[in-house]
Amino acid sequence: MTKRPLYGLMAEFDNPDELLGAAHRARAAGYRRMDAFTPMPIEGLAEAVGFEKTRLPLAVFIGGLCGCIGGFLLQYYPSVIDYPLNVAGKPFNSWPAFVPVTFELTILAAALTTVFGMLAMNGLPTPYHPVFNVPQFELASRNRFFLCIKARDPQFDGEKTKQFLEGLKAHAVYEVES
Amino acid sequence: MNELSPNTAAHADPEHPVIGPGHSYASVTDKISAIVLTQPLSKGWMFGFTVSFGLLMVLMASLTYLLLEGTGIWGINVPVGWGFDIINFVWWIGIGHAGTLISAILLLLRQRWRTSINRFAEAMTIFAVCAAGIFPLIHTGRPWLAYWLLPYPDTMATWPQFRSPLVWDVFAVSTYATVSFLFWFVGMIPDLATLRDRARHRAIKIIYGILAMGWRGSAVHWHRYEMASLLLAGLATPLVVSVHTVVSFDFAVGVIPGWHTTVFPPYFVAGAIFSGFAMVMTLAIPVRAFYKLEDFITMRHLENMAKVMLATGLIVGYGYLMEAFMAFYTGNTYERFMIWNRFSGPYALVGGALLLCNIIIPQSLWFRRVRTNVPALFVISLIINIGMWLERFVIIVTSLHRDFLPSSWGMYSPTRWDVATYLGTIGLFLTMFYLFIRFLPMISIFEMRGLVPARPEIKQPA
Repeated sequence: MTKRPLYGLMAEFDNPDELLGAAHRARAAGYRRMDAFTPMPIEGLAEAVGFEKTRLPLAVFIGGLCGCIGGFLLQYYPSVIDYPLNVAGKPFNSWPAFVPVTFELTILAAALTTVFGMLAMNGLPTPYHPVFNVPQFELASRNRFFLCIKARDPQFDGEKTKQFLEGLKAHAVYEVES
Repeated sequence: MNELSPNTAAHADPEHPVIGPGHSYASVTDKISAIVLTQPLSKGWMFGFTVSFGLLMVLMASLTYLLLEGTGIWGINVPVGWGFDIINFVWWIGIGHAGTLISAILLLLRQRWRTSINRFAEAMTIFAVCAAGIFPLIHTGRPWLAYWLLPYPDTMATWPQFRSPLVWDVFAVSTYATVSFLFWFVGMIPDLATLRDRARHRAIKIIYGILAMGWRGSAVHWHRYEMASLLLAGLATPLVVSVHTVVSFDFAVGVIPGWHTTVFPPYFVAGAIFSGFAMVMTLAIPVRAFYKLEDFITMRHLENMAKVMLATGLIVGYGYLMEAFMAFYTGNTYERFMIWNRFSGPYALVGGALLLCNIIIPQSLWFRRVRTNVPALFVISLIINIGMWLERFVIIVTSLHRDFLPSSWGMYSPTRWDVATYLGTIGLFLTMFYLFIRFLPMISIFEMRGLVPARPEIKQPA
């Protein structure tokens, strides 16, 4: 049976601090395309594997703004243009009364943008991903911490990278088939 | 590396731990996922589920009869046009608010003790909102036309009246239900991945796998995930305040003595949190004993919740006091009569019971001995649940039953169908809760891992 092409090499660690140290050293050694997998969020790890910053807050702001404007227009159009109704001589555009619905729709749109934006930016749902080919990877959602250097990293070299990872006090190093 | 790294528990308060001693990443994971994956169905669960499901069937029967006969089967009539349905709506939606408070506001305030109770408090929110949502819907009389509440260009060429709090309510409650569900589900994604990886049966693996959407715990994903949690918490915090504010507007915007007060929004929000924490406690105490979760839901959690109940209970007490004070201070005859009537009129017993349940009995929480006594807390939480229900009864019924003209005065008493519908929604709530604790991780596993003290992991076979 021919082996499938390599996706990368994965090192297993016992605790978050070792993984964080390893990620920093891999970056210092010049590796750029890597990812770490952990059972819980680890402060500083995303930066250590080379992630700059997320644009999620900007998306949420735009989403909320759309909800706000849309929510107000949703009330303005019927009340002023399509079906103006004189209630006790009050102005058609009685904007203070439109505040609650405008507010709720702002929150709704912003929340929907947050959730679907987060999922989309993370590329979820992902039905298939190579890292799951490593049998020990199921511990990534329990108590083990993994660092994966991808084969498409310009500095990647099957043997050298493997030695490098083993030198990081890794518990074990696995080959990840794509 | 310094001894207290930010990624491991730096918040250890040895005297009041938020997690029992001796836990590791693995033990936390295994203990919580075992409840779902490996523990057999217990007799207690089956019994509780059967009773709840029976009550749910009572709801189905009473709703069917309601659809056949109309709202005439209820006790409402002129002048008391809002009865059990609105009381129960406000009661349920208020209960839901504690879930959002725990998951959103305490997250923003970095209260780490919330970790073990936030998941099922959030679940409680969703189930309570489901139960709440039924009431305004069936109160419309023709629920099959409930979509008329939504703004859409219809063939009748009419629109909802956007100046009405009842329309605001539609938007507030539906937004609240949606956002609460999203918050709950997003919070569960990493734990669903854990269940997927821990499950041994292929079908179960596939089901949790689909729900987890391929979550693999990537550092970059976690980064966006945490940002999303923070944003959702920031959005849910004003939302939860706005929802009960809008609910209180349903009353405060009306010109009925007893409803038309500016103190309503803050004191409704405080009352919602008060009753919600009581319900969290009512659910948490049996669950923690039954599933042996004393390590995760510790005395510190119960004590903190008791303190929140005490504080919000005092705000509610202030609300009552201000209502009475303003009634006399304004010199308005109708307002004065309303307050007088509440505590000396035909419903005086309900008014007295309300003060006893909501104001007097919770004062015992000042004492540490009471706050650390689990059976006492359970009983007090039940009393507060009852008290907050009575509060809504007093606000709605006693304000309506004495109209401006004595010739229009009337009395309200619920019929058996009112009671059956109410009990039925308790069945709906508990049925969903029983299914939840059986099929989903009731404690946030990944957040619990963050509470595990810093020390080398004990090597264990997978």
